Amino acid sequence: MTKPRFREGEMDSQWTDNDGSLAALRLQMLRFAVLQLKDETLAEDVVQDAFIGAMKNAGSFAGRSAFKTWVFAILKNKIADSVRKKARLKEISFAVDDDTSGDLEAHLFKRNGFWKVEERPADWGDPETNVLGKDFWRVFETCLDKLPDQQGRVFMMREFVDLNGHEICSAVGITTSNLNVLLYRARLRLRECLENNWFKPGDCTC
Amino acid sequence: MLNCHQNTRLISEGRERRLTFVEGVSVGAHNMMCSACRNFSRQMDTLEKMMKAYKIRSERIDE
Repeated sequence: MTKPRFREGEMDSQWTDNDGSLAALRLQMLRFAVLQLKDETLAEDVVQDAFIGAMKNAGSFAGRSAFKTWVFAILKNKIADSVRKKARLKEISFAVDDDTSGDLEAHLFKRNGFWKVEERPADWGDPETNVLGKDFWRVFETCLDKLPDQQGRVFMMREFVDLNGHEICSAVGITTSNLNVLLYRARLRLRECLENNWFKPGDCTC
Repeated sequence: MLNCHQNTRLISEGRERRLTFVEGVSVGAHNMMCSACRNFSRQMDTLEKMMKAYKIRSERIDE
């Protein structure tokens, strides 16, 4: 099925950016890419590539929102490519964990390895993600941002860019058991953060 | 028997690989007796759902 093409003039209005929406889109993309790549220069490059790629086909889009969907689809591919390429070039290198959160685990568990009473995970019910509002997603994003760098990066690669464990390990040069530890700590932190700041904020002792 | 620390690690690992039979049974037995780890385990499913929703949200256009 072919999408209706722009008539002349409509095409122009997409690129002249009178209302600044193109700039807003660029910012949105940049934010998205930085979150994945943790590298602003690289993110800039990837966003630019994605834009150029999308513009090649711009004529075939029915409207601005179709274009945005398309440009983000391209951006995701570019990010995944960039992660894989880095893996080959071994540009990404990091120590096994930047986390001082052996502390976290000591904070959550007693010496015998059982939960401290006040840290026992609560029942969140089964929140429907589609009814969670803006406030929740702001908290969620803050919790993601607060993950230590390496944990955040592998967690995002795993759960956001949808790379598999094997790809992540070779991308960042760690073993599977390192990866498992990083993912475990990321999940432990994330759930702790959400519980304290959203699901039962009253209980936060901090 | 597993303690909660070991148990939650296995629960997390179970999302990355298929647990062995013995591991699976140990986790199941622990969860049966431990509501905190049961909650943790359900929260891991919820987290995954949230990440999926978050992803769709970030790609969404008109914010």
